[in-house]
Amino acid sequence: MKNLDRRSFLKVAAAGVSASTLGASQVKGAEIKLDENRIGVLVDTAVCVGCRLCEWACRTAHHLPTDALETYADDSVFKEFRRPDKTALTVVNEFENEKNPLLPIHVKTQCMHCEKPACVSACIVGALTKNQDGSVVWDGDKCIGCRYCMVACQFQIPTYDYDVSIDPQIRKCDFCEDRRKEGLLPACVNICPNEALIFGKRCDVLKIAKERIKRKPEVYVNHIYGENEIGGTSWMYIASKDFDKLKMATLGSSPAPGISEAIQHGIFAYFVPPVTLYTLLGTFMWVLKRRKEKSPEEIGDTKKEVIEEKKDEKGEEL
Amino acid sequence: MNPEPVKHKFLTPGVFILIVLALNGLVFLAIRFIWGLGAVTNLDNYTPWGLWIGVDVGAGVALAAGGFTSAALGHIIHREHYHAIVRPALLTAMLGYTFVAFAVMVDIGRFYYIWHPLIMWNGNSALFEVGICVMIYLTVLYIEFLPIVCERFMGRVNLPGFLKAFNKPVDKLLTVLNSALGKTMFIFIIAGVVLSTLHQSSLGTLMVIAGQKMHPLWQTPVLPLLFLLSAIAVGFPMIIFESLIAARSFKMKPEMHILSKLGGMVAPILGVYFAFKIGDLFISEDFKYLMKFDTNAFMYFGECVLTLTAFFMFLSRRVLNSPLLLFIASTLVIAGVLLNRINNFIVAYNPFFDPNTYFPSFGEISVTVGCIAMLVLAYRFIVLNFPVISQEKS
Ligand code: SF4
Ligand code: SF4
Ligand code: SF4
Repeated sequence: MKNLDRRSFLKVAAAGVSASTLGASQVKGAEIKLDENRIGVLVDTAVCVGCRLCEWACRTAHHLPTDALETYADDSVFKEFRRPDKTALTVVNEFENEKNPLLPIHVKTQCMHCEKPACVSACIVGALTKNQDGSVVWDGDKCIGCRYCMVACQFQIPTYDYDVSIDPQIRKCDFCEDRRKEGLLPACVNICPNEALIFGKRCDVLKIAKERIKRKPEVYVNHIYGENEIGGTSWMYIASKDFDKLKMATLGSSPAPGISEAIQHGIFAYFVPPVTLYTLLGTFMWVLKRRKEKSPEEIGDTKKEVIEEKKDEKGEEL
Repeated sequence: MNPEPVKHKFLTPGVFILIVLALNGLVFLAIRFIWGLGAVTNLDNYTPWGLWIGVDVGAGVALAAGGFTSAALGHIIHREHYHAIVRPALLTAMLGYTFVAFAVMVDIGRFYYIWHPLIMWNGNSALFEVGICVMIYLTVLYIEFLPIVCERFMGRVNLPGFLKAFNKPVDKLLTVLNSALGKTMFIFIIAGVVLSTLHQSSLGTLMVIAGQKMHPLWQTPVLPLLFLLSAIAVGFPMIIFESLIAARSFKMKPEMHILSKLGGMVAPILGVYFAFKIGDLFISEDFKYLMKFDTNAFMYFGECVLTLTAFFMFLSRRVLNSPLLLFIASTLVIAGVLLNRINNFIVAYNPFFDPNTYFPSFGEISVTVGCIAMLVLAYRFIVLNFPVISQEKS
């Protein structure tokens, strides 16, 4: 009778374990292997003239409403600092150039397509994906609109549709996935009249950035923004001014999702911690209950049993 | 001393005020669901999470922690002495988590996809873990509450009209259900405790990924531990707080013999939490930010003052034996944890180059207050109609 009780207890307890831990999915971070030839873009802010044609091309390529091309010549928009929003996946801002006041600095902003994207790690339903080619894209069929990707992104790139209730979109640059499938360049790169945007393999683009800095050390500060920032990004910048003065956050080189994923995997390492906790609590509960029911001399007996039981369980788990 | 429905009338002036607050909240909820989040909230692309995530979800989950700490105390450590508080705590947890789930539904943009995490998994995401654990735990809480419903209707099933014929079978069903639940309840109780430790801590992991956007006073890799400890610490004070309010509202004698004992356990837990919090501050050398005397430092100080005052109060015998002092001390712990969650999710979140600081809108506050009002009303309705609260026979 005693044995039977114990066995059925264990069985039911085991069922409970699986129920209680159902939540944690495969704990192994689906570490995707990036292609060696993955793509990248260099933004040379010293060459960019702020024509904003890329803004127009980007809107057009993504079927976002846009004013006529001629209106983009109006540079009064530079008066205020702009960020990508539901009307634009990329925007260009103007900054003062102390070295040469006649040539202000223009900085294009869009998703950086991080090497270790925080948004992908954070997304509750895996609606954001890092592709092997380096691009990071969003899947509107999965997204639940929780906006955790926006909390996670260190570049504050994903934007949300705050003024609709049904089918609000998370918007961000998708590296012109559709165009590239057809063998075309990203719209912004394609239209840029000044070669301020250089598209290619990330490794090649990085080399070009280094060369440009080396060739004109009097123009560029010696920093390629995106080479190492939070683990590196596909889009990289060179500039004649410190990046924090261009409103680009000073970030360390450790990947943004690193600590958070380590904690997650620590708590869930192959379900072992939750299952162990469950087993411990179950045993504990059972012993204490038995102790209440039994007379004092029998308690020693119970303890022995528990030790045996623990051995059993370990054998089963392994 | 068995739990019984409380005999008291539902409507009082206080209840009337709660109804008005709830209606006000519902108006803004309607606006949110018709015109989108922007119509009600002050959220923007810099600050995607605000009051609803910080208070309704973050603090809500923490303040409902009394459910699992009391279940552990009453059922797992098996202190029968405390059985009288298990049911009220369970009810709070059940309503609390329902409120959290509802708040999530209100806050997420595509509310009709709320079930997606059930089939679309991302094990790397702390939010996924929180979401799935909360969903399962909520189910567990409902199951744990079922026996109370069975108890209420067993032998008393009285369906109207032609449904009368079903009285017997329904009664039978309830009895079977009740005894089946009685035999297997321990599975759910243990599962509830495990699920709680998991998501209480993962809630802390949530903000870790915000990296440098989080103020260093709060950003730390031990956030999950701090969240878990503070949730455990606030569990009993929350039970005491409610028990005393319920006693007052229903003109019952406060169960001081249990509450003082519960209170006696608060100081040690609170002490451990505070030690970790301060220890982390010194190890990371972030205490230098306290010397800046800005909003962040002020808010951090606020948390510390509340927690420390409560800690010292709970150490004193005199406080433990006086309903009023015990009530004040518990309120301080609750305020401390509430402030901590507000700080972690709202104050500490400083987006780069954000031109305006987020402050919740009137609509956001209305919805939060309205939901809390609905929760209190539901609590009142249930204890008046179901055997939840145990009273001493006088
Ligand atoms: S790559 Fe395409 S989507 Fe991205 S900024 Fe350029 S045009 Fe826009
Ligand atoms: S910049 Fe932000 S949105 Fe773009 S890939 Fe990196 S984390 Fe994701
Ligand atoms: S808003 Fe959408 S894409 Fe962003 S984290 Fe939530 S589900 Fe993922």
